[in-house]
Amino acid sequence: MTQQIVTASRLADGRVLFRAPEGWSTDIHDALVFTPEEAAAAVTRAQGEPTRVVGAYAVDVDDAGLPLLGRERIRVFGPTVAPYAAQLEA
Amino acid sequence: MYQYDTFDHQLLADRVAEFSDQVDRRLTGALTEDQFRPLRLMNGLYLEMHAYMLRVAIPYGVLSSRQLRGLAAVARTWDKGYGHFTTRQNIQFNWPRLTDVPAILQALADVEMHAIQTSGACIRNVTIDPFAGVAGDEIADPRPWAEIIRQWSTLHPEFTFLPRKFKIAISGAIEDRAAVRFHDIGLRVIRNDAGDLGFRVWVGGGLGRTPRVARELRPFLPAAQILGYLEAALRVYNLHGRRDNKYKARIKILVDEIGIDAYRDQVEAEWHAAGGPALVVPEAEIARVADFFAVPDYVTLPDATVELARWRGADSGFDAWMGTNILTHRAPGYAAVTVSLKPVGGIPGDITADQMDAMADLADRYSLGELRATKEQNLVLPNVRQDQLHALWSALRSLGLETANKGRVTDIISCPGQDYCSLANARSIPMAQEISRRFADRRRLDTLGPITLNVSGCINACGHHHVGNIGLLGVDKRGAEAYQLVLGGDAGEADSSIAQITGRAMTAEEAVDAVEVTAAVYLDRRQDAETFIQTFRRIGVTPFKEAIDAAR
Repeated sequence: MTQQIVTASRLADGRVLFRAPEGWSTDIHDALVFTPEEAAAAVTRAQGEPTRVVGAYAVDVDDAGLPLLGRERIRVFGPTVAPYAAQLEA
Repeated sequence: MYQYDTFDHQLLADRVAEFSDQVDRRLTGALTEDQFRPLRLMNGLYLEMHAYMLRVAIPYGVLSSRQLRGLAAVARTWDKGYGHFTTRQNIQFNWPRLTDVPAILQALADVEMHAIQTSGACIRNVTIDPFAGVAGDEIADPRPWAEIIRQWSTLHPEFTFLPRKFKIAISGAIEDRAAVRFHDIGLRVIRNDAGDLGFRVWVGGGLGRTPRVARELRPFLPAAQILGYLEAALRVYNLHGRRDNKYKARIKILVDEIGIDAYRDQVEAEWHAAGGPALVVPEAEIARVADFFAVPDYVTLPDATVELARWRGADSGFDAWMGTNILTHRAPGYAAVTVSLKPVGGIPGDITADQMDAMADLADRYSLGELRATKEQNLVLPNVRQDQLHALWSALRSLGLETANKGRVTDIISCPGQDYCSLANARSIPMAQEISRRFADRRRLDTLGPITLNVSGCINACGHHHVGNIGLLGVDKRGAEAYQLVLGGDAGEADSSIAQITGRAMTAEEAVDAVEVTAAVYLDRRQDAETFIQTFRRIGVTPFKEAIDAAR
């Protein structure tokens, strides 16, 4: 059965967000797992928060709640290349 | 270099105020995202995979040390301590917050920089030869013309909503280092039989999903007539370019569809109707702008032949760097230096804020305070005394910026790819890094000689794969990243060619192996001192295809 999470970009800084039980989270481990129907409804609801999030969409995930597609995994975990790792999260 | 006047300063001040207000209105909900998106794009602000991305214009790639320090401050204060030089002589910041962008634009304005027209369907930053004004093979300096075109095209009301983006390149030297035949309009500085300065005008070149080598629009246009003629060329495009399909909206498609002769007839008619040859940039204005690019006061020096030979003999690292990263300068005793941003295993074009500050200091100490950004994603110090080259190299070495690989197979052009870009189908940077490691050995680089290797993460071709001697294109193969190898591209005007596909897409590992096979075929088949591209042109793509297939 297809499982999905809902993701978007935070308006103020563009950071990746996930629909969580309490609003939105930057941590995928907080993400709610939906059926496709529930996810579609959550995407629609996100359009009601235009000053908070941009570009909400649903992503297929595996049983661990992680995206199936490589592109979406990169979006979750950040660039796979970290040139100046020490500075990256400074 | 060009210094802003009161008009330039006022224009930026107005723009910063306007965009600050637009950001405020977006944050409070007075503007919807659909309304705000085109406004932020007009200010170079994209929303990418992980964050916003701000693309800052470096007008025709010319940068002062003060401006580079300004960019370092942006990277340090509002980003994650680094920036990324692009394949069009600009710089991108990958992590700005929307709420900080007004402050960033103000900081940029303070050093006479901005992000206007780095996105959107308008005339983009003009690209030129990064060795403009200093190259030994130069016919005339393209910088004054690039500046005149910059002023004309900035916020030009007629060309703010073109069918699609529009890119202009100018080359002023014998060797085309600006890829003039792969731009919407390419201008080649020439002199006619009477010795008058002018441009050979190319139109309809480009990369992307429909790569085209530009066709000749005019064999000679007197230089002073450039703006009237460009205006006519853009007007015909603006009128007839397609707006129904973004993939068919570039001028190359219009030229394809109506033919170069019909397009030329319309441009000439439009130009003559508006005044034709009588429409000239006033002589006094050309002289005023050219003054900003006057030849600096070079010290009269002999070539430092003896010292250089001694240093090269004593230090193999310096010798290798001198062999690849130095271009002959117009002034005796000077050299133009390429500072490679392609260390082994590094990210092409990436530079830390500390390195930017250090490069600014080196520009002040060794290069009259000026730098250039190149479409190959390197930096140039254009005015270095030959007797200071060893000192400069030693300083670069302490910064990790002494890589001796300009024009070699590890001087890889790479777009950000799927690590950053929303459009990408595959990652580019890890591919560039792996090839860089495989070919890192000095003897190997020298044995292979001049080769361009370009990587794009999607068909939009920001990594210029179509014009790489070796090109890699990232594609999506049923949800997995894969790479197509193309061979035989050349960006130069004289031998412009689009690379040919070698076969079906491969995994990343197979693709790197295929690059190895390609190099081996070249070494096996080359005659005398043939370069890679010369061998390719002689034997064609088939021997490479066969060897790649056999190895799989």
